[in-house]
Amino acid sequence: MVTLGDYLLVSGLLFTIGFAGVMLRRNIIIIFMSLELMLNAANLSLVAFSRFRVQPDGLPNYHAQVFVFFIITVAAAEVAVGLAIIVALYRARRTTHVEDIATLKF
Amino acid sequence: MPPFLFWFFALMTLGFGAGVIINRSPIGSALSLVLSFIGLSTLFLSLNAYFISVIQVLVYAGAVMVLFLFIIMLLDLRAEERRKINVVAFAGGAAVALALFVQVYRIIGALGAARQAFPPLRSGNTDDVRRVGLLLFANYNLPFQIVGVLVLVATIGVIVLSKRELR
Repeated sequence: MVTLGDYLLVSGLLFTIGFAGVMLRRNIIIIFMSLELMLNAANLSLVAFSRFRVQPDGLPNYHAQVFVFFIITVAAAEVAVGLAIIVALYRARRTTHVEDIATLKF
Repeated sequence: MPPFLFWFFALMTLGFGAGVIINRSPIGSALSLVLSFIGLSTLFLSLNAYFISVIQVLVYAGAVMVLFLFIIMLLDLRAEERRKINVVAFAGGAAVALALFVQVYRIIGALGAARQAFPPLRSGNTDDVRRVGLLLFANYNLPFQIVGVLVLVATIGVIVLSKRELR
């Protein structure tokens, strides 16, 4: 029997993997992919709660799925803008390594 | 969905998700990310969220990953050469990530609902595209239009950013 906790555990592990990627990797494109992993982990727990809260008419709670739809849309826009910024950064500095970009570092 | 299929696809999602941050070549990371998203869309399928599952594959495995691969090949990134790892920063990052997971795990353990199985639906095949669409255009019409403006702004922003010289 698969419980709600199993889905939340998978979601938490996926979020932790994404978080570890942001903390440990130094390539800005990999950091960006890890951000996508974290967004998707949040989506998984939203959909799991949507399926868990069955309405009186025997259907899942679709408000959460509308929320996931918005998250996916915003994430797609974010990827487009973020990758354009990375390309502009690469043109200016010839690097995608975050340790080479330390102008604003204290 | 039988439990062994759930665990199979959960392991696929997590394993390829770990592959994203372990792989040294950016192309390998991007391909692991595609497989991780396909596993995730199967998990959505097991939660009767068919619409979300389909747009997960279309938007992420289709559009977003093509964009990632396009940029990686455009910038001609090689597998990054081994640099000296800052041990303190590495251990600190790993410790923070581990602390985050322990916290999430304990919250799930304290949540009583987490031990319950999913209540049954009235029928397995729900008309969820129609239901999500009705909700989107009736209850969430204003946010939907705001998201439309956001996508337009993102499109214009990308065009401005990719110009050769910024004015």
